[in-house]
Amino acid sequence: MGLPDASGDLSLEMEVDAFRRLFPLRFYERHLAESIRPDGRPLGSARETSIAPGAVASADGSALAKIGSTTMLAAIKMEVMTPTIELPDEGCIAVDFHMPPICSPIVRPGRPSEAVPVVSTTLSDSISSSGMINLKELSLVSGKAAWMAYLDIYCLDADGAPFDAALLSAVAACSHLQIPAVSLNDDGKIVVVSEEDGGKLDKEHVNREKRKLTLRSIPFSLTCILHKNYILADPTAQEESIMETVVTVVLDSSSHLISLYKPGRAVLASTSAVQDCIALTRQRVRELLKILDEANSSMEVDKV
Amino acid sequence: MEIDRVDGRTANQLRPLACSRSVLNRAHGSASWSQGDTKVLAGVYGPKAGTKKNENPEKTCIEVIWKPCTGQIGGTIKPLVALFLTNKFDGIWDIIFTLKLKGNPEKEYEMIVKRTLQSICILTIHPNTTISVIVQVVSDDGSVSFMLLPCAINAACAALVDAGIPLKHLAVAICCCLAESGYVILDPTKLEEQKMKAFTYLVFPNSILSGLTEGSLKMEGEPMEHAIITSVTRGAMSVDDYLHCLERGRAASAKMSAFLRRSLQPQVSTDSSKAG
Repeated sequence: MGLPDASGDLSLEMEVDAFRRLFPLRFYERHLAESIRPDGRPLGSARETSIAPGAVASADGSALAKIGSTTMLAAIKMEVMTPTIELPDEGCIAVDFHMPPICSPIVRPGRPSEAVPVVSTTLSDSISSSGMINLKELSLVSGKAAWMAYLDIYCLDADGAPFDAALLSAVAACSHLQIPAVSLNDDGKIVVVSEEDGGKLDKEHVNREKRKLTLRSIPFSLTCILHKNYILADPTAQEESIMETVVTVVLDSSSHLISLYKPGRAVLASTSAVQDCIALTRQRVRELLKILDEANSSMEVDKV
Repeated sequence: MEIDRVDGRTANQLRPLACSRSVLNRAHGSASWSQGDTKVLAGVYGPKAGTKKNENPEKTCIEVIWKPCTGQIGGTIKPLVALFLTNKFDGIWDIIFTLKLKGNPEKEYEMIVKRTLQSICILTIHPNTTISVIVQVVSDDGSVSFMLLPCAINAACAALVDAGIPLKHLAVAICCCLAESGYVILDPTKLEEQKMKAFTYLVFPNSILSGLTEGSLKMEGEPMEHAIITSVTRGAMSVDDYLHCLERGRAASAKMSAFLRRSLQPQVSTDSSKAG
């Protein structure tokens, strides 16, 4: 990269593959000048995205989200807990993000990737500050019992933009979540009603039947790479390793800004670049809402 | 939109700043930075030979170690308490296990500080070396240690200057707060934080005094010191509110960068003997 002129001349005589390996940045810049990326996408468009709700049968809610080949599996397990004294009418969500060594060559066993704490805190922050889940809905008996939702997200393949896929899978798992039916027994303890004796009405039912959460404004995110004056939406792992400056914008479905995360690195973001990133995210939110709706409605059809 | 602040400041007024350099004897460079009752100490060691694993050996690697002022684990303690209250001890091991795996929130701050410093250092001058930056929180006037980030970045930046690490420019970090009614205040204290609905941390480059022509310092018609190095937000806000925070942060960062320059300049001219 120190010899841009030399690489420019070499590109005429070298094989494309050799040029790509020797001068990756130059290879990308040549594509960017033509407003196209090496994988055939225009600069502002994201990879193909799919959601499969209900991927884990043993969990109360789960979803597998794929953006290109970045794959995230999210699952929610519900447990009954005693709410805190300050917030007796509210349940709780614990978000945990895992990056096992299978997901990427960078992650080594026993040594957590440095991306994990960042993705994890931004995820729980996005979910709580967007107000997607009304924590009051997770309450069972005021001051006595409430649901604790353990939301675990596993990265199966980290091919760029891990946060986007993680948030999408988390949101899809929440929309798939069915809160199990429970009842109060004679000792005042909460017991889960199994399918068979669900008909017995002698017990006091706290939560009569399986129900879904009502999701209010749903957060979605888009990661962009800033390189010179170019903005590349939804980068792959290769693009992230070559051009390092990323901006992650989280908007909710009512167009509130939940997070704008740019952790330093070489390229400075001007106001217009920030506004362009936000505009791209707006567009992406509409796309993702549609994909999520389609995934959920196909799920309903399957049941019937 | 007039508001009253507990300490009698106006919305745009910062807490008194103080910066002193070369406070540690053994460190290659050090600085302490305080804003009101928040104080952070930063020490710089290096460049030392060799880089860490997974780092590019053609560049200088920056390593940031964040030391909180107390040993508590912050937000992760809440689910633990909830579990103790329910006597659900079987779940505790899961949480302790995840705590171990995930580390603590300090890991996140370390990464933000590291990436911010990477953007201001000229990394290609000393290839295959590591610069260690140790950030020690001395006193904290903020309920979450997240509030310390701007202070830590300012301290680390001053310490890098003290260590004589080649920098492109300085960085100035600032915290903006957004209240329910939509007004913005700068540099909040612990009391003010609790009433706010959203926060933004912004890092801007400082204005360069150089022989370069005006045009080369501008990007897309904006002066360079208006560009964003780092932006981290917490809480929901509208896009316009964010842009408003950006504007106010910029105005204040000009004052802070003037302060930083003032506090670094006299020492640079007098203690050049320290360089060896």
